Amino acid sequence: MSASRLARVFAAGQRKALIPFITGGDPSPLHTVALMHALVGGGADVIELGMPFSDPMADGPTIQLACERALAAGTTISRILEIVADFRRGNGLTPVVLMGYLNPIEHRGAETFATQAKAAGVDGVLIVDLAIEEAPEFAPAFKRAGLDLIFLIAPTSTPQRIAAIAAEASGYLYYVSLKGVTGSAALDVDSVATKLAEIRAITTLPIAVGFGIRDATTAAAVGRIADGVVVGSALVSEVEKHAGTPEVLPALLRDKLKAMRTALDAPIPSPGSQS
Amino acid sequence: MADDTSPDYGNFPDARGHFGPYGGRFVAETLMEPLRQLEEAYARLKNDPAFLAELDRDYTHYVGRPSPLYEAERLTKAWGGATIWLKREDLNHTGAHKINNTIGQALLAKHLGKTRIIAETGAGQHGVASATIAARLGLKCVVYMGMDDVQRQSPNVYRMKLLGATVVPVTSGTRTLKDALNEALRDWVTNVDDTFYVIGTVAGPHPYPMLVRDFNSIVGRELLTQTRERIGRLPDALVACVGGGSNAIGMFHPLLPHPEVAMYGVEAGGKGVATGEHAAPLSAGKPGVLHGNRTYVMADDDGQIIGTHSISAGLDYPGVGPEHAWLKDIGRVNYVDATDDECMEAFYECTRREGIIPALESAHAIAYAKKLAPKLGAGKHIVVNLSGRGDKDIFTIAQREGISLT
Repeated sequence: MSASRLARVFAAGQRKALIPFITGGDPSPLHTVALMHALVGGGADVIELGMPFSDPMADGPTIQLACERALAAGTTISRILEIVADFRRGNGLTPVVLMGYLNPIEHRGAETFATQAKAAGVDGVLIVDLAIEEAPEFAPAFKRAGLDLIFLIAPTSTPQRIAAIAAEASGYLYYVSLKGVTGSAALDVDSVATKLAEIRAITTLPIAVGFGIRDATTAAAVGRIADGVVVGSALVSEVEKHAGTPEVLPALLRDKLKAMRTALDAPIPSPGSQS
Repeated sequence: MADDTSPDYGNFPDARGHFGPYGGRFVAETLMEPLRQLEEAYARLKNDPAFLAELDRDYTHYVGRPSPLYEAERLTKAWGGATIWLKREDLNHTGAHKINNTIGQALLAKHLGKTRIIAETGAGQHGVASATIAARLGLKCVVYMGMDDVQRQSPNVYRMKLLGATVVPVTSGTRTLKDALNEALRDWVTNVDDTFYVIGTVAGPHPYPMLVRDFNSIVGRELLTQTRERIGRLPDALVACVGGGSNAIGMFHPLLPHPEVAMYGVEAGGKGVATGEHAAPLSAGKPGVLHGNRTYVMADDDGQIIGTHSISAGLDYPGVGPEHAWLKDIGRVNYVDATDDECMEAFYECTRREGIIPALESAHAIAYAKKLAPKLGAGKHIVVNLSGRGDKDIFTIAQREGISLT
């Protein structure tokens, strides 16, 4: 088998990965495929697609509300998988990572879910409330299906935990830049850099950084130290603002992402000009 | 009679926080290390004589323990069967069993050097108990409470404010206890350095179900002594209401190794389990993962957690403690339900026959005891956990009667 779509994104010499997150089915499942294509148009290298859950306890208000909108619009896990299959008909290159909570997956059965997700064209799965301690029960189903299982690393993760997570993870690691929920405010680039150095001493897996990246400047700063930059709440809050006029959303999200893409691809300033 | 097949209940949860297939630690990575630290601190302190002495002193002189075991003679007579005993947790300081746990956790917080505690609350009893102990220990306290519960439990909201706590109404989701729990977890993950999350029930990620059980087990331990003194033996049956299940597990746990004691956990049947409008995951839910542990949950076909209904805010929760899930599966405890109507009937009966106004949560247990008493018959003994007093519920009841108290 040739290298996976995710492996190709993070291969040596590639540009920094820009990884937008949107909640699937928000504001309605009818719009999600168009939004995904727009994100690719704006420079996305990977799309993280949220599977809405009624009780997203690790997310902030922005994504909680997105989940509520998506569920109210009738979004189901089956519908999310259809959305991915639909997206794949127009795009065979951009990896799609589903991000969600365990209960809907366990409800369906991890094995069934993994098989169906793979068939739909999903590349990886990130289950927010599945830490490595409980992963052995679920990980084999995803491995058998050929899906990458992506894990979070947090500022509180000890070196022992990072090593254990790296041993279980594939695709990339998602470093949570701050103690908090998604959409929190201040990300401290220096402390992220320190932690990334610690993680890189333990594993060679690519590292994407998310939580708290709202604008092009922060994206560029994080891009200098990480392999990928995840942008979620900043996009989802646009969806929230324009949920009543979803036809404007593709262009809006594409442009917002494009600004980040440009900043991310700009030449790295010389050490003397650091701000 | 010894039962060789029964498990050694003292060995649960296992090292990973599991009760059979239930429990565990299903949270985002940020909380894993803080939970490990809490587990380690608790393992150290639970055998520390100084910590235990401090806890005992508070139980005796602050809470007013032991709580009485009261023989409800008029209920017994009216129901014509087994003798009804009430374990009077309603007489504790703050009016419910919740303080048994908050004192323990707040002392842990103090030993861990935390300066701020947060809590979720449904009926408000756990919020009041948390605010109370925070005031006494000089800790900052923030309580998350669903907006619907803020409205139906206004006396407790005011009590918390009087005690110096900040009450944050939660407007997300179904605006009840489960959403308050989500919000408290979000606060904790953000402020984990200085904040201790005082979980009010035997749910949440390991080690919470274990430590909340341990702190509430004072109730069952007292019963071991009190029933032997008063009845001359252990009782035939224990009955307690189950929302998350902290008062029930506190009463049941020390008596689990005694197979002659039957146990009944009473869930909120709401408008009837068959109507779907209830809060009875053990009766009508299935295993899933919610709020950091695997347990029985109420979810739709797609695994989304669904809204619950109960007249009592404290039972209005779509999950249940993982140890209860396990005790159900192994058949040690019987899980049953009482509807809103049965609860109200029991509420009035207890109030008028015994002069004790029970919390609506506890009235569910009384309602089931009423069914059980004639079945067991005279000469048998039932202990009901009267887990809280009903003063907080008078507005709800008056409203049901069409009376305005304002």
